[in-house]
Amino acid sequence: MSSEWDRELDGARLHFVSGKGGAGKTTAAASLALALATGGRRVLLAEVEGRQGLAQLFDTPPLEYSERRLAAAPGGGEVRALAVEAEAALLEYLAMYYSLGVAGRTLRRMGAIEFATTLAPGLRDVLFTGKLKECVRRTDPNGRHTYDAVVVDAPPTGRIVRFLDVTRAMADLARMGPIHGQSEEVAGLLHSSDTVVHLVTLPEQLPVRETLETVEELDAAELRPGAVLLNRVRPSRLATRSVLAAAGGRVDATRIREGLRSAGLDWDTEVLDGLVAETIEHAGRASAELAAREQLDNTALPFLELPDYVEGIDVAALYELAEGLVARGVGGSR
Amino acid sequence: MNTPPGPERLDIDRLLEDPDNRVLVCCGSGGVGKTTTAAALGIRAAARGRKTVVLTIDPARRLAQALGLAELDNTPRKVDLEQGESGELHAMMLDMRRTFDDMVLAHAGRDRARQILDNPFYQTVSSSFSGTQEYMAMEKLGQLAAEDTWDLIVVDTPPSRSALDFLDAPQRLSTILDGRLIRMLASPAKAGGKGLRRIVGAGFGMFAKAVATIVGRQLLADAAAFVQAFDSTFGGFRERADRTYRLLRSSGTRFLVVASPEADALREASYFVERLSTEHMPLAGMVANRTHPILADLAAARALSAAEELETAGSAPLAASVLRLHADRVAVAEREKRLLARFTRAHPEVELGSVPALADEVHDQYGLREIGRRLARE
Repeated sequence: MSSEWDRELDGARLHFVSGKGGAGKTTAAASLALALATGGRRVLLAEVEGRQGLAQLFDTPPLEYSERRLAAAPGGGEVRALAVEAEAALLEYLAMYYSLGVAGRTLRRMGAIEFATTLAPGLRDVLFTGKLKECVRRTDPNGRHTYDAVVVDAPPTGRIVRFLDVTRAMADLARMGPIHGQSEEVAGLLHSSDTVVHLVTLPEQLPVRETLETVEELDAAELRPGAVLLNRVRPSRLATRSVLAAAGGRVDATRIREGLRSAGLDWDTEVLDGLVAETIEHAGRASAELAAREQLDNTALPFLELPDYVEGIDVAALYELAEGLVARGVGGSR
Repeated sequence: MNTPPGPERLDIDRLLEDPDNRVLVCCGSGGVGKTTTAAALGIRAAARGRKTVVLTIDPARRLAQALGLAELDNTPRKVDLEQGESGELHAMMLDMRRTFDDMVLAHAGRDRARQILDNPFYQTVSSSFSGTQEYMAMEKLGQLAAEDTWDLIVVDTPPSRSALDFLDAPQRLSTILDGRLIRMLASPAKAGGKGLRRIVGAGFGMFAKAVATIVGRQLLADAAAFVQAFDSTFGGFRERADRTYRLLRSSGTRFLVVASPEADALREASYFVERLSTEHMPLAGMVANRTHPILADLAAARALSAAEELETAGSAPLAASVLRLHADRVAVAEREKRLLARFTRAHPEVELGSVPALADEVHDQYGLREIGRRLARE
């Protein structure tokens, strides 16, 4: 039986949001950040793939490698945003050990940094997670954490486990050296109860199956799966029993026609046939949704639903989605 | 009925039947249904008499089953078609590592091949380098084209956030591996790049040191040895990438952009269309995949007021539900139409086709053929 969003999930400070491409990772990550910030908390929302998906979603200028205010959350909270960039993160690291001066800029222009990160593919991931660790652990002068939580619009399910497998990535890199020293701390954070990986999926068979496979992969890698976020859930207009009948192609056209007639609507066969065809398709989708929910119910993971917005997602919709998450307990026990 | 969104002009059968078209590349961002579309087009081309091969990149397991194959691998496997169909369909799946190994084995002498294959850096490049998949997809495409046995090669492209990666990744990979920087870093004291070093000044020595500290001197040495062995066998990564790139520009190649009727996917499709046009690569059209056209010609407002009437009377709950779900569908269809119209306004020259969503997931050849029929507006 699936569980609720609980205190333990609320206690996590680093939330990765992954999912199949096109499932709505960015939307879910943004809603989660707003929900966690609700009631006066400060949350950092980070993206790591250079897609500028957050800027598009919030309709702001492109994000940079600096933390800036993205949105206010209800109750005095705040969401800040950061686009983590491998180049800038590497320069930041190097600057801790060497005085780079203007050389950093020159090297960047030459593409030398892209070169280094390409040469050792794991380096890029280590730089990303290293920067996130720094944000999670950072404190203000009073010793209070700068961020109550960090939410990451993470790579898709196909890449997420590799992305978080810092130990493997380090095999590519020098045994000694500055980054290596940091990486053990990063791995420590990622495998601790401070970190959870949420998975966004669509209420369809294939995406849900892929999600459950990813949960197994996360378990095997000793990373903690968080909640499953079932995105773009649409209202079912039919009762469950009609869904199953209609999905099997059994739609009682006569009953529909009689119903319409009783309201004085006598439409021609073509319209009626069209309505029947639409009903069968709707039922097909609705029964896939039922099956998907059933599959998720059989896991121990909490799952939260995010409704579909036919008109597309804008900032107002994000606040509504966040409100829905808060109502389901997100951020409630902090 | 079945009103197609936007001005649909894409004539998919003409595209598939034209003997001058030898390569059809399906591009688009991840999750839009590229692979399924490529397979559906392959079947349709074969059913129309062409000897076709479909190169898929990262197919779902069930695609092989849908084609009637036990599995897909790195060599084309023949797919059984219906009786009386004169063409042939073969399907395969790119195995990036195998393709790379084969390429090395085919071109390098035995000793040199060993030297490359045993290099630890080769293991990284051939399995986890970003860009290798794209590079190898091009390589495989080049090989298939060179075989000269295929009337039509349908190519799926690697899953990536951006459709542009397919065009850019091989170039990016070759820039990185093309020698100079790698040699300078491996032995900054000896390498010739004086000019480069002057530009960077003292920064380079320091950078070299920093990079060596981070990735390790051993990795740099391995990388340099790999690049050298590779260069003397293939004349450099870049030349080889350039050669396959030219194939994409040749007159027999057509691109088809696949997008779902969603804002993000269409934005990616737009970038890609613009890019193809600057590269003078011929775009055959765009396929809007999984659309939801209205099937009953009935205004949403009318359906809703009728539903309300029925609900008030409480007499016919099923009919009321049907009317409500129709109104929902109208809203979805309108949004899709609007998004596609926006795309068409920005790119009026692009021929559009659409595939109304199937009620079920594709699990057999019938489903794949149905996609083809819908795209052909049959």
